Amino acid sequence: MRDLVLIALFTVAVLLLPLFVTSGFLLNLVVMTLYLALLGQAWNILGGFGGQFSFGHAVFFGTGAYAMAVLQVKLGLNAWAALPAALALGAAVGLLVGALSFRYGLKGSYFALVTLAFAEVFRILANTFQFTGAGVGIQIPLRDSAADMQFSGRAGFLYTILALCVAGQLVAVWLRHSRYGAWLQAVRDNEESAAALGVDVFRVKLVAIAISGALMSAGGAFYLQYFRYVDPHIAYGPAISVEALLAAIVGGMGTVFGPLLGAAALHAVGEGTRGLMENAPGVNLVAYGVLLVLIVMFLPRGIMGLFGRKN
Amino acid sequence: MLDPWILFASVLNGLTTGAVYALIALGLTLIYGVLHIINFAHGAALMMALYGVYFLHREAGIDPYLALPVMIVLMFAAGYLLYRFVIGKASHGRDENILLVTLGVAIVLENLALFLWRSDTRTIETAYTFTMVPIGGALIALPKLVAFAGALAATGVLLAIIARTDLGRAIRACAKERQGARLVGIDVEHVFAMSFGIGLACLGAAACFLLPAYYVNPQVGNGFVLIAFTIVVLGGMGSFAGALAGGFLIGVVESLGGLWLGESLGQIGIFLIFIAVLLFRPQGLFGARA
Repeated sequence: MRDLVLIALFTVAVLLLPLFVTSGFLLNLVVMTLYLALLGQAWNILGGFGGQFSFGHAVFFGTGAYAMAVLQVKLGLNAWAALPAALALGAAVGLLVGALSFRYGLKGSYFALVTLAFAEVFRILANTFQFTGAGVGIQIPLRDSAADMQFSGRAGFLYTILALCVAGQLVAVWLRHSRYGAWLQAVRDNEESAAALGVDVFRVKLVAIAISGALMSAGGAFYLQYFRYVDPHIAYGPAISVEALLAAIVGGMGTVFGPLLGAAALHAVGEGTRGLMENAPGVNLVAYGVLLVLIVMFLPRGIMGLFGRKN
Repeated sequence: MLDPWILFASVLNGLTTGAVYALIALGLTLIYGVLHIINFAHGAALMMALYGVYFLHREAGIDPYLALPVMIVLMFAAGYLLYRFVIGKASHGRDENILLVTLGVAIVLENLALFLWRSDTRTIETAYTFTMVPIGGALIALPKLVAFAGALAATGVLLAIIARTDLGRAIRACAKERQGARLVGIDVEHVFAMSFGIGLACLGAAACFLLPAYYVNPQVGNGFVLIAFTIVVLGGMGSFAGALAGGFLIGVVESLGGLWLGESLGQIGIFLIFIAVLLFRPQGLFGARA
């Protein structure tokens, strides 16, 4: 209940934001924070609640982005119609990766490695085939109308990403309070015991990776609408996998608000170092890496751990 | 099909690359075998070593092959300190933590390089860069031959250290049974840090052999990380002989894949092998399971 109230308050606050804030820079920062929170939440559902650490979540992100691009540009579909298809494809890729890796009992470091390899395979495929634009990538034409999920102002994008981000948080709330969520966390904490108690471990993990894949591909779809361009490196490169994992881990794995806090903290740190170092390339990522090491060393439960509530 | 001579040259080329891959993978498999951790920063550390060789050549005019002892010592020291002060401290006894910490270290190193040296791809030119040597009708670049011989020699030295010295015995003891090793008076933390240092020292050597025929940029390590992991998994985690055989195998697969499928798609063979081995034979092709 408390989680739902917090989410409602947060939603109202963001909805009202464009009335008071007109600075394009600030609104963009909020959009990017919510976007990163969505990626973090997607990772969190599999990694935080399910304990399966993926190093290749880009495989879902890229699938969402490319699905949106190909469906719109090559097949002439409307963006709003393409979005559910992109989510379904993300979930399908999740099922594929999950069915293969969980069937053969990959966990821990092995699972991290195999997801990374899947992302690389997809990157090479996208780099090769013509219908994904090969190395050149795909640009979607500027249309500037809400009917095409392109908005003239930032407020439209803000509401779109808010809706996706809140959807992710509601999934996390559901995981916290539902029977399925309890199974998933039991699998994370001790797979053998969970199996002994009658939990269908394989199936529970499979559902988690499908949900996670769908949310991550929603992030990819939003990225495409916002920046109107995708190429193999953006879509399937390691950077996006790392960002998703960072937001969840810095904020606090297995919590509802961790990814949002993590995304905000990362953007604060990123903008801070960028401001200090005058936009030198790479410094914000150096700061992210240091932050990751420090969090693992001193704050294993992330920023949420500071609030002292045992999850 | 293809001209057998092209095929022959391609296999030869694959073997020379494979030797360097094997050396890189040996460092990784040593770290895995002893510490049971997957060193995600392996590629980034190799990238740093390549920059080391590059700057020694550019600033001090030291030939890459003469830089060998310097790089081995430097990388060993870096690895020892990295384990002692960062990785060992952060583990809290959980494998996931080490995975994340080494990932963090990789991010820091890669972007530090980007910040310090920009994203330019750099190469060095030596008197022998373009020297070709005929072998059985195929032409192989001299630096690749030196890399082949050098990587094999370095591997021999490493295996001798592990097999013959007191340090090697201690390393093997810690790999097998760390509690027992502690009980008989081995300083386990020290041995762990030594192993990590030796693992990175392999990269120092590999960088010296690699650079004359290769290039360096901040992202160069990424390509090697997955290849090295593939080799290690293929050969059986922690197995030295497996890493050696896996290195040659992957070198040849990459070379032939590029020949048949083209530059871009050719790489896919390695990753498909990787996924297939992880799924169906995680104990490695040679079944040497620690």
